[in-house]
Amino acid sequence: MLTISLTHYVVLSALLFSIGLFGVLTKRNAVAVLICIELMLNAVNINLVAFSKYITPLDFTGQIFSIFVITVAAAEVGVGLAIIIAIYRNRLNVDLDNFNWLKW
Amino acid sequence: METSIYAVVAFYGLAATILGAATMVVFMRNIVHSVLFLAVTFVAMAGLFLSLDADFIAAVQVLVYAGAVCIMIVLGIMVIQRTNMNETNLFNKQILAGAGLTALTVAFGAIFAGRTAWVEMVAADAVPANTVEAIGELLLSKYVIPFEVAALLLLVALVGAIVLARDEEVETNADN
Repeated sequence: MLTISLTHYVVLSALLFSIGLFGVLTKRNAVAVLICIELMLNAVNINLVAFSKYITPLDFTGQIFSIFVITVAAAEVGVGLAIIIAIYRNRLNVDLDNFNWLKW
Repeated sequence: METSIYAVVAFYGLAATILGAATMVVFMRNIVHSVLFLAVTFVAMAGLFLSLDADFIAAVQVLVYAGAVCIMIVLGIMVIQRTNMNETNLFNKQILAGAGLTALTVAFGAIFAGRTAWVEMVAADAVPANTVEAIGELLLSKYVIPFEVAALLLLVALVGAIVLARDEEVETNADN
């Protein structure tokens, strides 16, 4: 029988989260890492909205939580890009392998 | 819970689009192409939210992610990358360790998703047709404190981004 259940959405979200995690761990460009963090946050949003529909349809808990996740993600992109631009001014590249000010 | 054939087709189409575009985001060697596929991922995700009866979240997803975030990242890339865009998005030396850790995450996610009894938790009710009204009332009554804190967070992020990205030479020139 063809049905779409909560499990389908959880699996999709887990796969998307893993793709984002892989990018965060293996990318060299700081902007690419920021993009992959966005993918991970979006995977969490899929989970929250799916739980909202299937488990608490009348409370809207998951939908409201995902609105806050989107807010925080937008703020994070703004501040993250500003930090990357500030680092670019000092180092003239955004290669994460070259960022070693805190290393000793 | 019965699902119509259209919902099934829509879910699998959107899921394939999301996962394919997300994979392209990670594996593209040109960072501008990565951001292009990121926009595709976000729009497909808005479609998925529509299939989950979350029309307000879908609209916010298109406005904030596909609109604002993608444009902001492209502008950031244009400020940062001065030479040509080829080979701007490469992998580092931790690719094997990263793949191993990702496989471990997938395995643990599959184990816990398989062991959880989702069927017992599913509620019998359907989502009300008018979600925007309910979300608006909840945001300004039950969730009003987090709502105001989110506004404060956005203000702090705005000021912080301006302070961090500002060119400091302007200040020293003014002093001289």
